[in-house]
Amino acid sequence: MGSVWLPRRRILALGAASLGSTLLAGCDRLSGAPVFEEFLASAEWLTYRVQRQLGGGRSLAREFGPADVSPVFKVNGTSVPEGEEYAALRENNFVNWQLRVEGLVETPLNLSLADLRNLPQRTQITRHDCVEGWSAIGKWQGVPLAIVLARAALLPAARFVVFQCADVLEQTLDGTGPYYESIDLIDAFHPQTILAHSLNDAPLTTGHGAPLRLRVERQLGYKHAKYVIRIEVTDRLDGFGRGKGGFWEDRGYEWYAGI
Amino acid sequence: MPEIPAAHPGSSRRPRLLLVARHTRITRLTHWINLLCVIVLLMSGLQIFNAHPALYWGQIGADPGHAAFEIGADDFGDGPPAGFARIGSLALKTTGILGVSRNASGDTVERAFPRWATLPGWRDLALGRRWHFFFAWAFAANLLIYLLAAIASGHFWRDLLPSRQQLRARALLDDVANHLRLKFPRGEASRGYYPLQKLAYLTVIFVLSPLMILTGLSMSPGMDAILPQLVDLLGGRQSARTIHFITATLIALFVFVHVAMVLLAGPLNELRGMITGKFAIFVEDDHG
Repeated sequence: MGSVWLPRRRILALGAASLGSTLLAGCDRLSGAPVFEEFLASAEWLTYRVQRQLGGGRSLAREFGPADVSPVFKVNGTSVPEGEEYAALRENNFVNWQLRVEGLVETPLNLSLADLRNLPQRTQITRHDCVEGWSAIGKWQGVPLAIVLARAALLPAARFVVFQCADVLEQTLDGTGPYYESIDLIDAFHPQTILAHSLNDAPLTTGHGAPLRLRVERQLGYKHAKYVIRIEVTDRLDGFGRGKGGFWEDRGYEWYAGI
Repeated sequence: MPEIPAAHPGSSRRPRLLLVARHTRITRLTHWINLLCVIVLLMSGLQIFNAHPALYWGQIGADPGHAAFEIGADDFGDGPPAGFARIGSLALKTTGILGVSRNASGDTVERAFPRWATLPGWRDLALGRRWHFFFAWAFAANLLIYLLAAIASGHFWRDLLPSRQQLRARALLDDVANHLRLKFPRGEASRGYYPLQKLAYLTVIFVLSPLMILTGLSMSPGMDAILPQLVDLLGGRQSARTIHFITATLIALFVFVHVAMVLLAGPLNELRGMITGKFAIFVEDDHG
C-alpha cells in the first residue's frame, strides 16, 4: 500500500505547500491594492453602525476606583512637540496658551487654560486602550466637550468636531504631518468626552499632551488627541489632512476606533 | 477515484465500494468559508499581536518586561540580536522564528512573529486590523449560518453528538488507542464520526469559536461600554486578550491535527467528501 500512497501524499503535500505560498503571495498583493483595502474597510462601517445601534450615545465606558490606577501611564506618540512656539508656551506654564473653537458655530471662542478650569469639571478614572494592544488606567479631569460646544452653539449643518494639535508626528512635504483627530456629534456630546487638563491629580505632563488633550473613552487611544490647540466644527472631513479624519486615519487606521 | 484500498489479504469476502452521502451542501460551503476566515484571522491576528507582543492578566498591562508572556529581542551591541519567547521566568532562544527573523529582502529584523506567519507579510498594523475585522464579521456570520443549519437539519444531534455507547470509558479508550496506532477503519465504522472526533468538533464549534468571538469583542472599547459584564466575566481586557491568543493557538492546533487526520484517513476521499458531498466507504460482501 505504501508504495502506491507515498508519491501521492508527496504530490499532495507539495501541492498544498505551493498552494499555500501562492495564497500568501496573493494575499500580500491584495493587501497592496487600494481597491481591496476599500473592500476590507467596509467592515468598519458595519462595526460603527452596530455599535451605535447597541450603545448609541448612552452607554458609558467603565469607570474604575483610585486603587485601579496604573502605577505608570505609558507615553505614546509624540513625547515633546517640536518648535519654539510650543517650547515658549510651556516655558511660561501655558499662561499665554489659548484654545480656539471655530467653524460651524454661532460664537467662535478663545479659551485660556484658566477659562477651561472655571467651567464645570468632570473627573473620571478610565481604561485607555491603545491600538497596539496595551491598556493603562488613569484619572482624568477636564471640562466636558459638550459644555464648550454649547457655549459656541453649533450651527445646524455641524456633523463632526475636528481637533487640531500642536505636534507634528511626521515630517511631510504636503503639510499633512500635524496630528489631528475628529469625532461625530454622538461622541462629541457624550458625557465622558472631556477636554482633559489633568492626569492623576496633576496638570498633564508634556508627554501626555500638555496643556490639553481629548478623552473620548469608548474609542482607542489614537482618537484621544494630545496638545489640542484648535477645535473646528465641520460638516465634512475631506478638507483636513489627507481627508480621512485623522493623522492615523490618513495612514490606514479606522476612523471609528471603537474596536 | 483511485483511492480504494486493496482487499485485506486472506479475506475470502469480496470488498465493495459504496459511495455514501457525507456532508450536506451547507456544511461543505460553511466549512470552506470557515477555512478561509480562520487562516486570515490567525495570520492577521499575529500581525496585530506583533504591534505589542506581550500578554498580561487583568484589566491593564503596558510593560512587556512585566508581562506573563513576551516575545522580544536582546541586543548585544555590535553582535546580531537574539530572539526570545518568555513565559513567566522561562525564556527560550527563538532567533530565526520568534523575535528575530528575516524580512522580504533577507535582512535580519526584530519582529515577534516572522513574515510568513503574518498578514500582510510586512509590518502593517492598520492593514492587519482591516483584514482581521472584515473576516471576523465573516467568521461570525458563517458560524451562525452553520449552527442554525446544523440544529435545524438535525446534523448536530445525528452526526456530532456522541452516542451513549461512544461516551463509555471503554469506547473512548479504544478510540484513543486507534488514534495512537493511526488505525482508521475504512468500512461501515467510518460512516459516522469517532468519539474523539465528535468531541473535538463540538469543542471547536461550541467552545473555542464562541470564545474567540467573545474575547475579541471584549477588546473593543465600544463593546466594553455596551456590555461591561462580558469583559468582567473574562477577568479584564488584558485577560481577554490573553485568552483570545490561547484560544487561537488551540484552534491552530486543531487545524494541524485535523489536516493530519485527513491525510492519514485518506485525503482524496476526505476531500471529495467535503467538496462533492460523496464519501467512499468500504463494505464487505458476504456473497464472495
